[in-house]
Amino acid sequence: MEAILQYIVSGFLTGGVYSLMAMGMVLLYKSTGIFNFAVGQMMMLGAFVCWTLHVQMTLPLWLSIILTLIFCGLLGLVIERLIMRPLIGQPLLTAILVTLSLSYLLTGIATGIWGGYIQAMPEILPTSPVSLGGIIFPNDLLLSFFLAMAFFALLFFCYQRTRVGLAMRATAVSHQIAQARGINVRMVFSLSWILCAVILAICGVIASFRLGISQYLAQAGLRVFPAILFGGLGSVGGALIGGLTVGMLESLAGGLIAPWMMEVTPYIILLLVLISRPGGLFGQKGIERI
Amino acid sequence: MALNRPCGYYDESYGQDMAIVRTRLQWVILIGGLVLLFALPIFASGRILSVLNAIAITLIAVHGINILTGYCGQISLGQSAFVAVGAYITGILTSKLGFSFWACLTCSALGAGLVGLIFGLPSVRIKGFYLAMSTLAAQFIIPVVIANPLSGITGGWDSLVVKPIEIGGVVFRTQASMFYIIIPLAVLMTFFAKNLVRTGTGRAFIAIRDNELAAEVQGINVFAYKLLAFFICSVYAGVAGCLTAYWIKALNPTNFTLMNSIWYVGMMIVGGMGSTAGAVFGVVFLRTLEEITKISSSYLATIFVTWGPFLQGGLSPIVYGLVITLFLIFEPRGIAHWWEIFKASYRLTPFAY
Repeated sequence: MEAILQYIVSGFLTGGVYSLMAMGMVLLYKSTGIFNFAVGQMMMLGAFVCWTLHVQMTLPLWLSIILTLIFCGLLGLVIERLIMRPLIGQPLLTAILVTLSLSYLLTGIATGIWGGYIQAMPEILPTSPVSLGGIIFPNDLLLSFFLAMAFFALLFFCYQRTRVGLAMRATAVSHQIAQARGINVRMVFSLSWILCAVILAICGVIASFRLGISQYLAQAGLRVFPAILFGGLGSVGGALIGGLTVGMLESLAGGLIAPWMMEVTPYIILLLVLISRPGGLFGQKGIERI
Repeated sequence: MALNRPCGYYDESYGQDMAIVRTRLQWVILIGGLVLLFALPIFASGRILSVLNAIAITLIAVHGINILTGYCGQISLGQSAFVAVGAYITGILTSKLGFSFWACLTCSALGAGLVGLIFGLPSVRIKGFYLAMSTLAAQFIIPVVIANPLSGITGGWDSLVVKPIEIGGVVFRTQASMFYIIIPLAVLMTFFAKNLVRTGTGRAFIAIRDNELAAEVQGINVFAYKLLAFFICSVYAGVAGCLTAYWIKALNPTNFTLMNSIWYVGMMIVGGMGSTAGAVFGVVFLRTLEEITKISSSYLATIFVTWGPFLQGGLSPIVYGLVITLFLIFEPRGIAHWWEIFKASYRLTPFAY
């Protein structure tokens, strides 16, 4: 019983990062209609940049994180301007494949600059974990969970309560109507890419404290897809619940059945969700116009 | 197509009207090309033959994905996983049970076809982006399943050694001898792919791609044809997998990654979607590019020593990513489109159009 509870807790805490990643992707998808398959690589790049600034250039951690976020925001802007904007209005396969080839490109850049080694962030936390009634809350997981939730809440607030958030939500409803109401849709597109890149960089840095920085981080990043589809592609609240649920289920399956189940469970969930409820739990039903 | 027929040839029978090879020049090029191809091992080095073998195996897998995505419009990002299924079926049957080459080939094709059918089932309810996700799930599930629960028969993360092909006492071990197994199969599969899309089945695929509802109203059983497309695609993957197993001789789940699947779709895009010739162009172009970058990156690394690690580790993914992206932005119709332009202008010379 205690073991099950332990798996649930650590899965739940891991799920926090999934939720934040899922939110970045959902925001991007809602306003631009593009699903970013380069999610893992963008995370990895953020973590590598932060590592370079913090460890190699010995800048303080807070400064290097801020510089990382600025760098990744610029990267998002460049991606949107150079690659995504010429492809607006192209068929679906193009939109899918261009982000996939982007992931190739970023992998190449990362292996070229940082090589294939695993780098580690320095320990910033006390190693003795918090324990509550026999259940252990590892410090790094706890910190990453609260950081992720704080960012999630901040972004959710901005999305719901500010003018920029309103513009993004209007664009999500309809590009044309938003344009007619005087919203600069191109700006919103750029902003969504910047936001997505920044969120993924945050996630990369958070996750790197636990997983180390290597190509594996990019692989782990792909596990966010089930979380997104579980909650529904167009739902920010669904991203939160999807992330936490997938994190919990994968931890349970990995702990109770076999370690390799941890890798597969998210995708099995993905298949089941796609077959039973293609729109996700909170997504809108797609209506097709003939 | 019909508008672009060669000048001065008039069809007098249905047979002539349907022929793929219609002029004397085309016959000469076809037969000459095939003879030259099969004579190649006499004067080409082992390295060139190995590249050609790789091209032919990849070509088979790309033909499959071209039928599924290019003609039927169903996006698949899991081709490499189905290749893995075919490869492991061959590996197990040949090394553990001692099956012959032909039996392995059949079992691989059918086995991969069935697995593809299972992962094609979600296409009843979902399409487009969601279908891409479900095939992506196949890409993540299958290699892990091969490596872990099935490790008793597949060898897990350790390599599974595959015995060489043996037909009638002759052992096919060298690149040159493999060449005579792989290339005829690739030619045959290309021929089949080319003809498939000219039949009623192929036309049904195209109708589904262009407008699913309209196809259904026309009386096409959309679901059955989608599943058939998935089956054919995976059969191609299975054949490619069987040949891969014999060709690389030691199988490992890490040989079949998401990157390979993207690579297959990228080859189809660069060559030109929905064109059999395009698949050939795409595979030949990107595989040749791969060889060139491999050679040039190690060469450049010796010149620019400070940039050495960057060039050796990162150059090839950067080049592939850039090539695919540039094609998507500037020539989404692919190399096949250039080929069509060339053919048209050759036929119409000296007139402009």
